[in-house]
Amino acid sequence: MEVYFDNSATTRCYDSVKEIVIRTMTEDFGNPSAMHLKGVEAEKYVKDSAAKLARILKVQEKEILFTSGGTESDNLALIGAAMANKRSGNHIITTAVEHPAVSQPALFLQEQGFEVTYLPVDNRGVVKLDALEAVLRPDTILVSVMYVNNEVGAVMPVEEIGRRIREKSPKALFHVDAIQAFGKYRIYPKKMGIDLLSVSSHKIHGPKGVGFLYINEKAKLQPQILGGGQQSGMRSGTDNVPGIAGLGVAAEEIYRDLDANVERMYSLKEHIAKGLEKIPDIRINGMALREGAPQILSISVMGVRSEVLLHSLEERGIFVSAGSACSSHKRKPSSTLTAMGMAKDQIESTVRLSFSEENTAEEADYFLQVMGELVPVLRRYSRR
Amino acid sequence: MIFHAFLIKYAEIAIKGKNRYLFEDALVKQMRLALEPVEGEFRVVKEQGRVYVLCPEEYDFDEAVEALQCVFGIVGISPVVIYEDQGLEQMGKDVLSYMKNRYPDFSGTFKVYTRRAKKSYPVNSMEVSAQLGGLILDAFPEASVDVHNPQMTLSVEIRDKIYVYSETIPGPGGMPVGTNGKAMLLLSGGIDSPVAGYMIAKRGVKIDAVYFHAPPYTSERAKQKVVDLAKLVARYSGPIRLHVVNFTDIQLYIYDQCPHEELTIIMRRYMMRIAEHFAKESGCLGLITGESIGQVASQTLQSLAATNEVCTLPVYRPVIGFDKQEIVEISRKINTFETSIQPFEDCCTIFVAKHPVTKPNLNVIHRSETKLEEKIDQLMEEALTSVEVIEIN
Repeated sequence: MEVYFDNSATTRCYDSVKEIVIRTMTEDFGNPSAMHLKGVEAEKYVKDSAAKLARILKVQEKEILFTSGGTESDNLALIGAAMANKRSGNHIITTAVEHPAVSQPALFLQEQGFEVTYLPVDNRGVVKLDALEAVLRPDTILVSVMYVNNEVGAVMPVEEIGRRIREKSPKALFHVDAIQAFGKYRIYPKKMGIDLLSVSSHKIHGPKGVGFLYINEKAKLQPQILGGGQQSGMRSGTDNVPGIAGLGVAAEEIYRDLDANVERMYSLKEHIAKGLEKIPDIRINGMALREGAPQILSISVMGVRSEVLLHSLEERGIFVSAGSACSSHKRKPSSTLTAMGMAKDQIESTVRLSFSEENTAEEADYFLQVMGELVPVLRRYSRR
Repeated sequence: MIFHAFLIKYAEIAIKGKNRYLFEDALVKQMRLALEPVEGEFRVVKEQGRVYVLCPEEYDFDEAVEALQCVFGIVGISPVVIYEDQGLEQMGKDVLSYMKNRYPDFSGTFKVYTRRAKKSYPVNSMEVSAQLGGLILDAFPEASVDVHNPQMTLSVEIRDKIYVYSETIPGPGGMPVGTNGKAMLLLSGGIDSPVAGYMIAKRGVKIDAVYFHAPPYTSERAKQKVVDLAKLVARYSGPIRLHVVNFTDIQLYIYDQCPHEELTIIMRRYMMRIAEHFAKESGCLGLITGESIGQVASQTLQSLAATNEVCTLPVYRPVIGFDKQEIVEISRKINTFETSIQPFEDCCTIFVAKHPVTKPNLNVIHRSETKLEEKIDQLMEEALTSVEVIEIN
């Protein structure tokens, strides 16, 4: 049995997505910037996709900017906003638990002379609102907070943050990295005071290499990729038509049955958490099960190194990730878990399960059965 | 400038007396192997005590030189321009055009060295050198002749055509792989063992390798890393047969039965036994390790003696007296460093004790190993029969 519990790393493409990707690669393959019919046909896919996404977010089509994915969206949001608004101020706020796609650009801006404040989180991974209140200033130009933390599934009080920014730092742009939230939550930037919102396609059963940034029409950004002036000059480069078309279809499909999908993931998460109670010394990290994101369950199997557990599960056909998949290239303790105040031995024993609506109760039971067999054996052989 | 050929210089081979042709043949074979992936048809020819590479009309000069620089036995690579033999007067014009092309503003000291492979050539070598030297002096007023310590030596070889060269690109030295038998390298994912393999291969030894894989404690990526390292070493050593041995069960059994601080030593003794098994099976005459005295607990003289004891084949440890930095320098030179430092755990470190023994007592180790008697033969058998062999080219 193959069980894929690593959907926050990436997801399987929907069949409907595959179909439109193939069509736009082999039949309607024109360059949307071309003047002839072939180009017009291709452009239609891009417009359709933007329309679908705009409808989901209740924003305007022209506020959707397609990118190469979450990382580019985050880079453009941070660097583009800071560079375009540096005359209004020099202060940027973000959190201690952002994905590197945000924290690295923040570090870059710091090196460029911007002042960056990192907000702390509580032991559930949730950003502390009173800390935000204390650091918002008139010269704050940008606040960047993720919607759902990718490692523990903590959900940030985004709407409340937006409200406070408007009160105390009306000039500041509010960027939300919604890469783990889009497709799980109904997100309405206009209502929530969000000016910039990053989304990645392959986390919602779309193709890799594509995503978008919602940009409030009033927000000023400096383009980071220059060239032929596509997408109103905000991001040059021939549109990735297959990716963009696939993204639109994926988003439409995932929002069609949102409530049912989310409920399915929550029950799966609860079922697994309950089953794991039978094995001693397994800790559940982050928020209470139904308060956290539906698709992410972070657990610490004390006394078993996460890498070893990961590979043991892999031998039985179960795929999970150790901490955050994106950080598996480096041997550094996760910054999110550290910021939550977690001890080193617990961090080293932490794995992340992440679900999609395609996962089943049978898969959950198989996982629990395998864990019941594996954990006692793995605990016997540990470093001492 | 377009070079039509490379003249290959080799040193140690030349002194090998009656075996000389064996060494030359091995060199030619390794050169052909190295040039195979380079686009274009290169011909490697051996004639009158010279080895030449004749180049196709179009080829990538840098790529060809890089390939040759991986062939042990080559001391120098001289790019050659070949001219038709149309008499001495034309030869003078050709040599001047070579000079003007290669050294447009030549103003140093030089000499001309002529060699006649075609003894029937009407003018003798000294005379040709003198005439060509005179022409160069006329054409480059700033230049002067120095026959003892010239800054540039222009070599002219008279064969069926005229070969002209003046530069020598250094080769790796050593001896052609395949001239000194075969040995089994214990390849981990670290910095030292690929360097050890490279150094022994440089002495003409063909290499096979064994890697100990311990899933789920070491990952698929750790194994891929070792395959990648083997490929990098194979650029020099030629094809490598990599034996991937699943070591997990042996390791866990030792963990269960023996004192923890002796785990690494006992484990390494079993690794040596397994490596020796495959070495003997494939006709290897020795084992190679990347051990260096005192680097870690298992590499003290006492520990080395304890692991050495289980082998009957000689164990070659070419970096035994090297500092880490010296090993790192070689690994950078042979391009294995970046791969070696990828952070994947290898099986030697997963269960390592906080305070492993550094001065193991052989009697104590023997006594500990008796605790393994019940199952170890069977586990060894399983490890040996389940080996995965990967051919690295």
